[in-house]
Amino acid sequence: MCLGIPGEVVEFLPDQPDLARVDVSGVRRVINVGLLADDLPEPGEWVLIHVGFALSKIDENEAAAALEFLEGIGQAYADELAALAESRIE
Amino acid sequence: MRFVDEFRDADKAHALAARITELCEPGRQYKFMEVCGGHTHTIYKHGLEDYLPEAITLVHGPGCPVCVIPMGRVDDAIHLASQPDTIMTSFGDMMRVPGSQGSFFDAKAAGTDIRMVYSPLDSLKIARQNPDKRVVFMAIGFETTTPSTAMTVLRAKAMGLENFSVFCNHVTIIPAIKAILDSPDLRLDGFIGPGHVSTVIGCRPYEFIASGYGKPVVVAGFEPLDILQSIYMLMMQLSEGRAEVENQYTRVVPWDGNLAALTAINQVMELRPYFEWRGLGFITHSAMRLREGFRAFDAEVLFNVPGVRVADPKACQCGEVLKGVLKPWECKVFGTACTPETPIGTCMVSPEGACAAYYNYGRMNRHRVVEVELSRP
Amino acid sequence: MTGRGANWVDEALREHEEHAAAEEAAAEEVAAGDAGAGDAGAGDAGAGDAGAGDAGAASRTAGRAGTPSDREQQVLDRIDRARRRRPRIREERITMSHGAGGKASRTLTEAVFLDAFRNPLLEPLEDAALLRVADSRLALTTDTYVVSPLFFPGGNIGDLAVNGTVNDLAVAGATPLYLSAGFVLEEGFPVADLTAIVASMQAAAAVAGVQVVTGDTKVVERGKADGCYINTAGVGVVEHDLALGAATARPGDVVIVSGPVGDHGVTIMLARGELDIEADLSSDTAAMNGMIADLLAAVPGVRAMRDATRGGVATILNEVAVAAGVGVVVEEDQIPVRTQVRGAAELLGIDPMYVACEGKLVAIVDGQQADRALAALRAHPLGEQAAVIGQITADQPGIVLLKTAFGGTRIVDLLVGDPLPRIC
Repeated sequence: MCLGIPGEVVEFLPDQPDLARVDVSGVRRVINVGLLADDLPEPGEWVLIHVGFALSKIDENEAAAALEFLEGIGQAYADELAALAESRIE
Repeated sequence: MRFVDEFRDADKAHALAARITELCEPGRQYKFMEVCGGHTHTIYKHGLEDYLPEAITLVHGPGCPVCVIPMGRVDDAIHLASQPDTIMTSFGDMMRVPGSQGSFFDAKAAGTDIRMVYSPLDSLKIARQNPDKRVVFMAIGFETTTPSTAMTVLRAKAMGLENFSVFCNHVTIIPAIKAILDSPDLRLDGFIGPGHVSTVIGCRPYEFIASGYGKPVVVAGFEPLDILQSIYMLMMQLSEGRAEVENQYTRVVPWDGNLAALTAINQVMELRPYFEWRGLGFITHSAMRLREGFRAFDAEVLFNVPGVRVADPKACQCGEVLKGVLKPWECKVFGTACTPETPIGTCMVSPEGACAAYYNYGRMNRHRVVEVELSRP
Repeated sequence: MTGRGANWVDEALREHEEHAAAEEAAAEEVAAGDAGAGDAGAGDAGAGDAGAGDAGAASRTAGRAGTPSDREQQVLDRIDRARRRRPRIREERITMSHGAGGKASRTLTEAVFLDAFRNPLLEPLEDAALLRVADSRLALTTDTYVVSPLFFPGGNIGDLAVNGTVNDLAVAGATPLYLSAGFVLEEGFPVADLTAIVASMQAAAAVAGVQVVTGDTKVVERGKADGCYINTAGVGVVEHDLALGAATARPGDVVIVSGPVGDHGVTIMLARGELDIEADLSSDTAAMNGMIADLLAAVPGVRAMRDATRGGVATILNEVAVAAGVGVVVEEDQIPVRTQVRGAAELLGIDPMYVACEGKLVAIVDGQQADRALAALRAHPLGEQAAVIGQITADQPGIVLLKTAFGGTRIVDLLVGDPLPRIC
C-alpha cells in the first residue's frame, strides 16, 4: 500500500496534459502526473508511482550520490577486510 | 530494475552492517522504530534483520493504514457495499480485513458487489461505465495516498460525475508518532521515518521529535540498503550525541514535500475533530473528511452509515503490537487462533502488518549473515 | 450476508484452547510413559511419574522464565503444532480463496474431498492418481478450466485444457494417451468462438500426441458459465518403474525449474484489461510431455515432478516440504523471471513465486545428477532456461526458506487469499 515504484516517463497522452505513459521494466501504464504539475517530468525522466499517480520525480543526481556513498562504504570495508587478512600472523 | 536493484546489493549491505556493528557501544541495547508498514514489509521480505547485531532491535510502528482501521468502520463499509445498486471499490489490502461480521471477501462471497482496484482512478472508470449504479471508493491510507483520492474527487467534479463517492478513512502520520512518543510503555532510541508519506509532507513535520523529544529521525527509502543506511545514520547521530531529522531518501523525498499534493488535499478535505484508531483509541485531528463543498462525493453524507463503534475482540492484542510494545510472536493468539488465513486482527491481515510480515516471512530460526568483527588498531 | 458465524473469534479461540489442552495432556502421557521406563532403575514408578509431571510443568513454566529467543522458539513450536492439525473448514460459504491453489484450497481439498472420498489412491494428492489395472500402471487426472478472458495472448482456454491435462499426466511419469473433454456453454456464446477453441484443442492434442476420445456438452442459461467452462480428464500409461512422488524428496536433492515463472498468471491479469497495464507478455501454455520424457530418459534420479500452475512454484515447494518432511532452501536470484513479469509484479505488489505458469516444470532431482538434468532440459526448446533454484535440506523440515538477493533469509509460506482470480 505504501507501494511506490520507480518508472520511466515514456510519453504524454495527446490532449491530456495530466496523463503520461510510464514504463516499469517493459511494462507500461498510464498514470496521472497532476501532482507534479509545477515541474512536469519530461520523457526519459523517472518518477515514483503510487496507486496510479506520480508522487515525486526521482532525482538522478541524488540517486547517484546515494550509490556513491554506498560504494565508498563498500570499498572501505573491502580495504579493511584485505588489510585484516594480510595482517594475520601465522 | 533501475533505482531498485542497485539498492539491494549484498556486498554493500555487508559493509554497512559492519559499520553499524562497530558503532554499537558495548553492553548497550538500541531500539529503533520503523513507523511505516512498507518498511516493516521490506525488512522481513529481504531478511534484513540478518544483517543487524543482536544489540539492535527494530520495533514495528503503527504506520500501516489498513491496520489502524477499527472494526466498526469495516462494518460501515460493508453496509455501504450492501446497498442496492451499489458497487464498492477497494484496494486489495482491504479485502480480508475482518469486521464484526466478516470481511469484504466474505461479503463478496455472499453476493455483494465489491471490486478490487489498483488506483482510485480505476474506480472513476467503473463509475463512468455503470451510470445506473452508485460507485463508492474505500479511501484508506496515510498522506502518501490522500492526494490521489483528492485528485480523483477533483476529477470527478470536473467530469460532472453524479454516481461516484468516497468513504474517507485517510489518516495522518504525525498524531500516530506523537501517541508513540507519549506512550509510557516504550523507550525508543530513534525513528526510521516514513519514506513515501514524506514525499508529500516533507521532512519538516518530524522536527518536533528531535527538538522536543531528543530522538534522531532518518527518513528512509524502501529498498533494503536504504533501511540499512538509515540505521547507520541513526547510529552515527547517537554516537555523535546529535538528535536531528535527516533525509536518507533524497532521490525521492524533497525537504519541503509536494506543494501541489498538499494543496489538493487542502482543497478537498479537512481534518476531523477526532477519529478512532484501532489499538490507539481516539486521537484528535488525526484523520480527514471531505469538505462541505464536496458533499456530493462524500459517502458518509450520501448514505446512512450506521457508525456503530465495535470493540476489538478481547483476545486481540493488535493495539500493543501497533504501538511496538509487543512483538508479533508475543501476542497470545499469534499463529494459533490468529493466522493469515483466519485473522482476528488487522496486524495479521494487512500485507504491511507486523504480524503478517513476521508470520509470512520471519517465522524461523534466525542466523546472522555478518559474523566479521573488524578490530580497530 | 456473512461468510462465518458472528461469534467466529470466540469459536476460533475455544477451538485452539481445546486443541492445546488435548496436546498437553497427550504430551504428558508420553513423557510419563518415557520417564517411567527410563527411571525404572532409579526409583519407584511414583517418583518417575512425579518427575515426568514436573518436567511437563517445567517446560510450561520455561515459557515464562526463558530468554526472549527461547520464548520465541516456543511460540514457533506451538505454531508448528497448530499448522499440523487436521484442517477444518470454518467458512460457511465458498470464497475465491478456495480456488486460488493456496492454503484455503488445500484445506478445502483435505477437509471436504479427502475426508469424504478417503482412499489410499487419493491420499498422495499429487497432480495425477497412479492406478494398477490388469498388468499396467495407469495415471488418471482431471482439471477444470474457468479462465477469464477465454482468449489471451499466447492461447485460449482450449490450449490450457489440453496442455494442462497432458502435463499433469507427464509429471506423474506417464505417457499421455487419451483425453475426455466436457463443455459447459453459456446460452448466447458465439459458435465461432467455440469452433476456434476446439480447433486450438485439436492442434494442441496433435503436438502432444494425444487424442480426445470422448466428451460431453451442457448449455446453461445466460449469465452462467462466463461463456465457456471446460473439464478435461486424461489417462496415460506408466512404462518405467520409478517411484515418483513429492514424499521421496531427501536432503541433498536439488530443485530445478524448467524456465521463467509467472508468465501465464501475469498475462491473464493484464488481459483482463482492468489494470490498464500494457506489456508484451504471453501465456507459456505448452505440452511438456516431450521434454519430460527426455528428462526421465537421461536422469534416473528424478524424485518428483510438478506442473507449476495455480499457486505457483511456492505452493509446490511447500507441498514437497510437508510431504517429505524436509526443508527446502531456494535462492531468489536463481529463479528465472522475465523482466516484464518482474516489472508487473513489482508494480502490483505480487510475488512471481506465487503466480501461475502453464508450461513450466518443477523437478526434484538427486543432487548428483543435477547437471545431467539441466542438460536434458536445456536441450529441449521448452527448457532452454532451466535452472537449479534450490536444495532440499534436513534443517527446519516442513519449511521453505528463501535466500533473498540481498543476502537475508525469509520464509516462503503457502499463499493466503487470492490475488489472481481465475487464471486457468
